Amino acid sequence: MMDNAKQDGAGRTGMMGWVDTRFPATKMWKEHLSEYYAPKNFNLWYYFGSLALLVLVMQILTGIWLTMHYKPDAEYAFASVEYIMREVPYGWLLRYMHSTGSSFFFIVVYLHMFRALMYGSYKSPRELLWVFGMLLYLALMAEAFFGYLLPWGQMSFWGAQVIISLFGALPFGIGEALALWIRGDFVVSDATLNRFFALHVVALPLALLGLVAAHIMALHEVGSNNPDGIEIKKTKNAQGVPVDGIPFHPYYTVKDLMGAAAFLFLFAFVVFFMPEMGGYFLEHDNFLPADPINTPLHIKPVWYFTPYYAILRAIPHKLTGVLAMGVAVMILFALPWIDRNPIKSIRYRSPLFMLLVFVFAFTFVVLGWLGMQPVTAALTELGLRLSELYFAFFLMLWVHSRDRSGAYMTMVFVVSAIVLLAIDGIRYDPGKAGLMMISALLPLVYFLFFLFAPVLSNLNQSKPVPERVTA
Amino acid sequence: MSSSDLNNSRRRFLTGAVVAMGGIGSAFAAVPFVVSWTPSDRAKAIGAPVEVDISKLERGGITRAKWQGKPVWVVRRTDAALASIKKLDDQVRDPNSLEEQQPEYAANEFRSIKPEYLVLVGVCTHLGCAPSYRPEVAPADLGREWEGGFFCPCHGSRFDLAGRVFPGVPAPTNLVVPPHKYLSDGRILVGVDSEKA
Amino acid sequence: MIKQLFLGAALAAASGLCQAASGLHLLDAKVDVQDRASLQNGARVFVNHCLSCHALSYMRYNRIGSDLGLSEDQVAGNLMFAADKVVDSMDVAMQPTDAENWFGIVPPDLSVIARARGADYLYSYLVSFYQDDNPARPFGVNNVVLPGVAMPHALWTLQGHQRYVKQDVDGSVDSETVTGLSTSGDEVLVHRSVKLQSGEEVSVTDRLQVDRTGSLQPGEYRAAARDVVNFLVYASEPAQLVRYGMGTWVLAFLAIFFLLTRLLYKEYWKDVH
Repeated sequence: MMDNAKQDGAGRTGMMGWVDTRFPATKMWKEHLSEYYAPKNFNLWYYFGSLALLVLVMQILTGIWLTMHYKPDAEYAFASVEYIMREVPYGWLLRYMHSTGSSFFFIVVYLHMFRALMYGSYKSPRELLWVFGMLLYLALMAEAFFGYLLPWGQMSFWGAQVIISLFGALPFGIGEALALWIRGDFVVSDATLNRFFALHVVALPLALLGLVAAHIMALHEVGSNNPDGIEIKKTKNAQGVPVDGIPFHPYYTVKDLMGAAAFLFLFAFVVFFMPEMGGYFLEHDNFLPADPINTPLHIKPVWYFTPYYAILRAIPHKLTGVLAMGVAVMILFALPWIDRNPIKSIRYRSPLFMLLVFVFAFTFVVLGWLGMQPVTAALTELGLRLSELYFAFFLMLWVHSRDRSGAYMTMVFVVSAIVLLAIDGIRYDPGKAGLMMISALLPLVYFLFFLFAPVLSNLNQSKPVPERVTA
Repeated sequence: MSSSDLNNSRRRFLTGAVVAMGGIGSAFAAVPFVVSWTPSDRAKAIGAPVEVDISKLERGGITRAKWQGKPVWVVRRTDAALASIKKLDDQVRDPNSLEEQQPEYAANEFRSIKPEYLVLVGVCTHLGCAPSYRPEVAPADLGREWEGGFFCPCHGSRFDLAGRVFPGVPAPTNLVVPPHKYLSDGRILVGVDSEKA
Repeated sequence: MIKQLFLGAALAAASGLCQAASGLHLLDAKVDVQDRASLQNGARVFVNHCLSCHALSYMRYNRIGSDLGLSEDQVAGNLMFAADKVVDSMDVAMQPTDAENWFGIVPPDLSVIARARGADYLYSYLVSFYQDDNPARPFGVNNVVLPGVAMPHALWTLQGHQRYVKQDVDGSVDSETVTGLSTSGDEVLVHRSVKLQSGEEVSVTDRLQVDRTGSLQPGEYRAAARDVVNFLVYASEPAQLVRYGMGTWVLAFLAIFFLLTRLLYKEYWKDVH
């Protein structure tokens, strides 16, 4: 063998040596798998990253196969989906895998994001990792939105019509022009369908793949966080290996394989036994072909968009509602700079903080439920108050970045009260006065508790953070 | 150490088992993807057997139908045509239909079930053009040797009135006889084989 | 754990199956797509009474044959009136312009109607037609589930004529809504909530009574209507006949695979302390 076979300690020769001289195969294997040290204390919450990757691969495979039979033409789209369901051998299975996969993607991603919230995985030095993740979340939402138009059912059509017309809210004529430009027509039509098809099948999958690569590279650069929120790289042994770290391969490849098996079991259960999931994964109204003349009674987005939809609907002013919905998503980008508390993990922060996070999760879920309900005065009021709690969460994160004095808390309370009263003043409606007063208890109790409990009790006592990971 | 030896063999076994089962699972998972490429119900419906009415077909005449997207001809041959076929036995490339261009019930001297009726797929075996039906004897453009048959205008391939290909032309094989059966004297079903006699 | 909670919550939210979007409590169609006899009868009734106006264009005749255990001859002999070949789709000959003229609306294709509206709705709809003498009604009938319906009672030869017998209410009525349906013996009961001008709210029970029977007795008609709905449920997703069986095998395989991967995981993680 010639000397251009790399001698890198293992002294590789043979076929791998030939490859390694020309491509960093073994180098990447070591860097990202066999010598990438991950914390040994990963728990259930740490499965969702690899599961998200699994779902992405499944969606791409089933998606490609569906495009072999689907017709992106307003006249044929609906029929082509039924053609796939009935006449293409196993077409029904490909379709159900794709529709189920789309919902499971969001379940997995929301749980993955919640993990980051609980363990502070967005904090330094992982801010960019979080930003790439947020970009992935936006790309995923866009991908789902474009994809949902393709079956060309009533919900597809009217959902797209409503959401695109939101852009029409932007002032100075920008909005209308923008909506027209997006649609390519005066209403959602064949032109819209074709371009959404291109974006869904080609553009966004490429963006997703690129962002996944960036996300994993950013992760591997700093190393994973863990449920204790401590940096394992701080304690290394004589060989320079983190003492609380284990090589990703074989330990986490084996563990994630088990996780994948369990996930596929749940996934297959839905695909084969309840693909409609009671109308949440495949909506009933979407089995009616798109009809530009008849609007369904309840237009609502698919379940994974409903929290933001609830925020949009809660605000009686079109532009403000659109902006609020936008800010509700975008504010998540800023999380690493809002929550400055040096303690990363919920395990060592205070009981108060734990309550704060769970109230936020609960708020998000209830907003999601609200987004699916028909509009009533009481529910709209509840939606508004919960939207206030949603945004208040971020304020509380900022406030609890440090121990604060009673005076500071009082100031925050007063300023917040002024803002909320101003909002109530702007939207005041004598017919709803009673409702508004009762619902005001929600933010009132929230602010009182989360601002003053630290001052009046030791509910905000954090615990000492250990040096080494725990079980 | 003996405990790690036991570990290693157990690990190898379990890894092997997981890989094997994973491989089987992947093979099963691949089935829907691969099978989805086979003809759909719509393709099969479009390619379904076609009934051809020959009750009004005159001797020397031809009727055309479409089966699986291709032209199918039924020619009602005259006695002169049948006689000419025998004459051309030593002039055609594959007089006895040794190449499998026809079902076994058409692997005979006239390449048909009933001598009078010839059923062919009207696609030239060279590159797929549709040949013309030229039953007339010795026309000016085809020469005095022409006893009647099919002439492909694309590259000049020639076939006799049993669809057998002549040598010296680009087409390599006889015209294809599709599976077919007689529903009655006046109706042929193209696309379904006749039952064995 | 969280996933189970989520699934549980999703399932709980998906219950209330008997509720229509309008909140009407519907009759239970008792769908069973494994009941071949019911599917066959439903197919027959559908073809004889519905297919003249309502297409089932995503279904092919030969598919019904193979799924319902009918030979091609049986399909051709009993189910095909408007088509040539058994591979054809179940289209209708009626032109949309004619339909608009005759009915004011094109009768929709029913291929996936059961997935769009639900079996309970369709069944309740089929048993709720009644004679309506209002001259504005084009075909002399109306329907409790879909008031002002444009469709004639296509199955009247089977059911006969039904009358909507309202229960009397003391006091003048301000407004009323139908809240649900139920059955009692041969009759379909209609539950109505009435708000009187005095402000009082009263619940009353009306009845749909067959006053001139068709070729079927009321119980038999309801069974026939259920067969049609059963057939439409099948037609809206033929794959449901195979996916449960296939799913069982897949789940069994994945369960074993999971256990195997778990053994592998535990074995390797003995190293980690």
